[in-house]
Amino acid sequence: MLNKIFEILKIISLSKLTRIIIFSLFVIFLTLGLFESLLLSPEDYIQSDAVRIMYVHVPAAWISLGIFSFIAFLSLGIFIFKNKNFVIIAKSFAPSGLVFNLIALVTGSIWGKPTWGTWWAWDPRITSMLVLFLFYILYIASWRLFENDKAAKISSLVAITGFVNVPIIKFSVDWWASLHQPSSVKILSETTIHSSMLTPLLLMTAAFALFSVLIFLMKYNIELIKIKTKGLDRL
Amino acid sequence: MIELLLMNGYGLFVWSAFAFTLINFFTLYIIINRQLVKENKKFELKFNHLEKIKYKEAYKQRTNQVLVSSNAAQKI
Repeated sequence: MLNKIFEILKIISLSKLTRIIIFSLFVIFLTLGLFESLLLSPEDYIQSDAVRIMYVHVPAAWISLGIFSFIAFLSLGIFIFKNKNFVIIAKSFAPSGLVFNLIALVTGSIWGKPTWGTWWAWDPRITSMLVLFLFYILYIASWRLFENDKAAKISSLVAITGFVNVPIIKFSVDWWASLHQPSSVKILSETTIHSSMLTPLLLMTAAFALFSVLIFLMKYNIELIKIKTKGLDRL
Repeated sequence: MIELLLMNGYGLFVWSAFAFTLINFFTLYIIINRQLVKENKKFELKFNHLEKIKYKEAYKQRTNQVLVSSNAAQKI
């Protein structure tokens, strides 16, 4: 069952058509998202137009958190199933996760200046996001510093350890006094954000998710080619 | 138009946040795409220089078939 899924993933990642479709969808969603977030969505009654930064900051933070959680989940799979495909998938998701984390930190800092009057504060959520960024760096660095099998084990340990930080990021606004407001978009209970703001937020999230899938497929393709090139030497 | 740029005095913050995001997207895409082209070329070069028997053996693998065909398509 697992091998079948990996085989399908291989074919999908190697297909140029898949990448073209995902890229086209990304462009469509990004165009709609930018149009909605910069032109159609209303300004906030307190933050005025500065609120528009939310449409890049929040999706970037969501995606970077989601990707790291997925990497940690796959890393656990590496130890349980001893399947190399988990390693390649986890490794291929890391670059886009890191970039989204960087976007969340920088756009958050840009948003902080007009709303809080400062570029940086050691607020629990900002600090825990910075810790996540460091875990991403450690994860990627471990692939560069160690050889294949050792790198897979060490990077997996980094991801699993770093996952402890994920609930801290999520609940930091509830546990400690924070400059951040509690979440407005909820899965289990009623969302408190107006639809005029929720629409661009969801469109941008979809665009960002598609971009991360596109980068993942390209990176996965690179890893497969590397393995296949090595395989040619062994013939 | 000027109103859109100024955004009630927050234009510099809003536009720089969006620009930073898009620049990062573009840079990451370019870096990964370059790596992909480089690895594709490496594979193609090795594959085309295999001895006939090894070439046949390598071509039996499905992933290699897809890679060879996609590289050929990219040449077109």
